[in-house]
Amino acid sequence: MRRIVKNRAIYLMILPGFLYFLIFKYIPMSGLIIAFQDYQAYLGVTGSPWVGLKHFERLFTEPMFFTILGNTLLLFFLNLAFYFPVPIILALMLNEVRREAFKRFIQTLVYIPHFMSWVIIVSISFVMLSMDRGIINELLVMAGFEKINFLMSSEWFRPMYVLQIIWREAGWGTIIYLAAMAAIDPGLYEASRIDGASRFRQMWHITLPSIRSVIVVLLILKIGDVLELGFEHIYLLLNSMNRDVAEIFDTYVYTAGLKQGQFSFSTAVGFFKSLIGLILVMLANWLAKKAGEEGIY
Amino acid sequence: MVQDKTISSRIFDIVNYTLLSIIGLVTILPFLHVIAGSFTTVTELAQKQFVLFPTVWSLDAYKYVFSTNTVFRSLGVSVGVTFLGTMFSMLLTCLMAYGLSRRDLEGRNFIMFMVLFTMLFSGGMIPTFLVVKEMGLIDTYAALIVPTAINAFNLIIMRNFFQNLPEGLEESAKIDGAGDWGILFRIVIPLSMPAIATISLFYAVTYWNTYMSAILYLNDAAKWPVQVILRQIVILASGLAADTSGMDEFVRPPEQTVKMAVIVIATLPILCVYPFLQKHFAKGALLGSIKG
Repeated sequence: MRRIVKNRAIYLMILPGFLYFLIFKYIPMSGLIIAFQDYQAYLGVTGSPWVGLKHFERLFTEPMFFTILGNTLLLFFLNLAFYFPVPIILALMLNEVRREAFKRFIQTLVYIPHFMSWVIIVSISFVMLSMDRGIINELLVMAGFEKINFLMSSEWFRPMYVLQIIWREAGWGTIIYLAAMAAIDPGLYEASRIDGASRFRQMWHITLPSIRSVIVVLLILKIGDVLELGFEHIYLLLNSMNRDVAEIFDTYVYTAGLKQGQFSFSTAVGFFKSLIGLILVMLANWLAKKAGEEGIY
Repeated sequence: MVQDKTISSRIFDIVNYTLLSIIGLVTILPFLHVIAGSFTTVTELAQKQFVLFPTVWSLDAYKYVFSTNTVFRSLGVSVGVTFLGTMFSMLLTCLMAYGLSRRDLEGRNFIMFMVLFTMLFSGGMIPTFLVVKEMGLIDTYAALIVPTAINAFNLIIMRNFFQNLPEGLEESAKIDGAGDWGILFRIVIPLSMPAIATISLFYAVTYWNTYMSAILYLNDAAKWPVQVILRQIVILASGLAADTSGMDEFVRPPEQTVKMAVIVIATLPILCVYPFLQKHFAKGALLGSIKG
């Protein structure tokens, strides 16, 4: 008690931030109970009638639910399969560059897109991919192909989504790997060179194993984000023509909840999503520990 | 590392340098295309498709963009929100981070856990929206700042930085009679300027890029920041998006050059701070990646 009184100034410093987390993070968590109610704005959380699992039952019987679940999982899988290795490869390439100036120059370039909002990234894509004078379509025509309506098709949505992620994040993603590579003992490379290992073999047998734990940690973090595919990014790409492949939990919550006012139902959808996300992080972390890695907590 | 002079190693280098140059180009060309395109005329863009150095320079697109006050107003909103938001976020983040950096604090681990848990689980969009609404923030500029005031990653980076300052400094300040507030503002903060600059820039970039808070919490189009206006002009005007609210001022689909000009306007501030940002961010990103 004496120590608490002694540190009262410190508690006062923490207070605003503490209140922030309480109000904007923890009260919304308790707000999840409206998923078990028929929430009416004028009755509030305390006055709205309880309906048990009604909204969850609706969720699991709605055909749209399986489309959304499928889209979410597929986009996550594509993200993992096609985006995740790219920063590792890029970092391996940058790590082999001996000219510091060249390395820094390329790093400077590839970091830039990370600081641009999704609106900017998607806007640039739209300008380049549009049917009307978009540079990519003009080039297709010049090369003797038909124009492709990239923005309004179900087939092109997924490649476009993954490529935009790679374009925006691949460079930035190298930072952690490069730092891990910088910590590798140079003696290992020297020894392997004496044994006659080529540059590829050095990458494969020294660099990659040395950053294995970093890869595992980032993989866990990625799996934890399984259901956080980026509301902004997908919302911006979403239109009536690609809805069947692009609709994910977040965009669905936004439309059903805020646009159509089904607060309780869309909260149930969001709750389901958050819960699966939490379970997956814990599972991934447990698996990593089983595999002899450190995990994240 | 010692240079390896074998032929296979030379070939490796040539291929590696070439590929990296191509990757660098692919990253940056779309930006250059858009910047150059915004400074030329519609006809030149139509004839040459890909312009890196316009033969005909023109400010028509910018004149058109600024002929209505939509973009101007939204820029004002973004500048204001970025400035005030960064100050507010930094104040809250530094205070909390310093408090949590004090090892003798009772309950410190509990509060740290509370912060970390928000990175794993959240109430989601609708309950958060209802809280923001209850607080009376809907359609206020504060809705773009207050609900996202502290970023847990940034908080942890700052706390780690404060924690690594030599403890002796605080001890001696205390002996000289300084209180906790004095120590924070006269000693800790002046010593932490590199970290403070980095985190401020992170916050500033986030506020400049604010989009989601605006579409969730602002119905009033007059209050929209530049990112939302950018979406209206480039993405919605392509006639693709699901909802077309707030399209009144740009009914006619704008020309490519106009779209490019708006993209440049929304991007420019970040490109301007980027050189300053770059000096520090690698360290920040590293610290941020080590949770807890």
